[in-house]
Amino acid sequence: MAINKDSVGGTLLVAFLVCVVCAIVVATAAVGLRPLQDENRVLDMRMNVLQAAGLYEPGMDVNAAFERIQRRFVDLDTGEFVEMPESYDQRRAARDPATSSRLASSEDIASIRNRPDVAEVYLSVSDDGDVQVIILPVSGYGLWSTLHGFLALGSDVNTVVGLGFYEHAETPGLGGEIDNPRWKGIWPGKELYNDSGDLAIEVLKGTVDSGAASAKHQIDGLAGATLTTKGVDNLIQFWLGSKGFGPFLERLRSASTNSVDDSEDDEFTVSVVN
Amino acid sequence: MAEVAKPKDLLFRPILDNNPIALQIIGICSALAVTTNLNTTLTMCIALTVVVTFSNLFVSLIRNQIPGSIRIIVQMTIIASLVIVVDQFLRAYAYDVSKQLSVFVGLIITNCIVMGRAEAFAMKNPPVPSLLDGFGNGLGYSFVLLLVGFARELLGSGSLFGVTIMEKVTEGGWYVPNGMMLLPPSAFFLIGFLIWAIRAAKTEQVEEDQFKITSNSRVSDAF
Repeated sequence: MAINKDSVGGTLLVAFLVCVVCAIVVATAAVGLRPLQDENRVLDMRMNVLQAAGLYEPGMDVNAAFERIQRRFVDLDTGEFVEMPESYDQRRAARDPATSSRLASSEDIASIRNRPDVAEVYLSVSDDGDVQVIILPVSGYGLWSTLHGFLALGSDVNTVVGLGFYEHAETPGLGGEIDNPRWKGIWPGKELYNDSGDLAIEVLKGTVDSGAASAKHQIDGLAGATLTTKGVDNLIQFWLGSKGFGPFLERLRSASTNSVDDSEDDEFTVSVVN
Repeated sequence: MAEVAKPKDLLFRPILDNNPIALQIIGICSALAVTTNLNTTLTMCIALTVVVTFSNLFVSLIRNQIPGSIRIIVQMTIIASLVIVVDQFLRAYAYDVSKQLSVFVGLIITNCIVMGRAEAFAMKNPPVPSLLDGFGNGLGYSFVLLLVGFARELLGSGSLFGVTIMEKVTEGGWYVPNGMMLLPPSAFFLIGFLIWAIRAAKTEQVEEDQFKITSNSRVSDAF
C-alpha cells in the first residue's frame, strides 16, 4: 500500500473499507435468506396450532394439513368476527396502546397487563364447512416467564381437544413438564362448563379425585411446579373469562345450542353435537 | 510465535494440550447455556468453529493493512459480520435449533476464543496457518462441549440427540432423570471434572500457585 496504514487517512480508509465490505456481506445474507426465514416462521406457528389441536403427527406435511384451518379474527369485547389484514400480529398488537387495552389488576389474573383488542382464532373446518375444532391463543405468566400456547376446543365449545405451549422458560424437569405429553394428555375430553353453564375447568394443586362429579372439569397439577400450574390455571380462567374469549365463546355456544347459523358470517356454521 | 508450527500441531494441539476451555478457561459461558441437549450443542459447535476459522482467515489476510490503533475494532467488525451471517443461515435452514439457541449464536461475538485467536494468532501469522489454528480451536471447543452435552442430555433427559436411550419415569420407563443436569451449574461441575481429568493425565498443565499460602495455625498469626 502506498499510504501509511497507521496515518489518520490510512486508518480512516481501512475502517471505511472494512465497514463497506462487511455491510455488503451482512445485507446480502439477511436479504437473500429472508424468504426462507419467513417461511420457517409461518411453518413453526402452524405446527404449534396443529399440535395444540392434536392434529399433528411427526413427519406430516404441515402446510397441507393447514389448508383445513382458517385463521380468523375476533373482537374480544364484542365476541364478533372482524376483518384484519393477514399480517396482523397479536403479540405486537398487545404491546401497542392503540390496539390493546390495559387491564385493571383485579381483571388481570393471568398477569399479562395488556390485552389486545383483536385476537386471532384458528378454526379447523371439515370438507362440508362445519367447524370441528376451535383453536384459541392463550398466554399468561407462570413462575419465571410468560407462557404462550394454544387451547383447542371441540365444536360443542365445551370439550377440550388439547392444550400446548410453544414458548416458555419454566424450570426444566419441574414447570417445564407442561410440555410433557403425559400431562398434556390429561386435557383432551375435559369439559369447560358445568351443568348450570358456569366456567368450571380448573387445574388443581395435587391430584384429581377421579370419583368426584367435578373430575371431568379438573386437571392434575404438576408435582413440584405449584406456581407454573397456578399460572396455567390463571391463564385458562382469564382467556375463557369475560375479558378473554368469553363473549366469543358465548356467541358460539348459543349458536350451537340453537343450531342457528352465524348471521354475520355465512361461511361459518357451527355443527350441533349431541 | 517464533518458530513455524506444524499444521498437525495447529489442528490438534488445541484439543487436549492447549484446549481453549480446559487450559485457558475461556469461552465457558456458552458451554453452560447450550449443552442441555446434543442437537443444540452440535449446532453451536459448528457455528463457533465456522466463525473462528473464517475470522482467523480474514483477519490474517488483511493483518498487514490493519492499523494498530483500530485493530481490535476491525477484528470485532469481521467477527460480528460472520456471526450475523451464520445466525441468518441457521434461521433459514435450522429454524428449530436456532430458536433454542436464541441469543447464544449472537453471543459468539463476545466469545473470548474467537477474539483471542484473532488477536493472538491471526494478527501475526499467514492465512493458512491461521485458518488451521482457528479450526483447531473450534475443534477443541467442540470436544469439550460435546462431552458436556453428552453427559447432560443422557443423565438429564435419558436421551442422545433426542433419541430416547433410557426411558424416563415420567414417560412410563425406569429412569429417574437428574434434574440438575438440565440446569447450568451441572455444566460447571462437568467442566471442572474434565479439567481435573486432563490435568491429572497431563501434569504439565497444572498451574503454579499465584501466591504462597502461609500457615497460620495460631490466632496471633492472623495479625
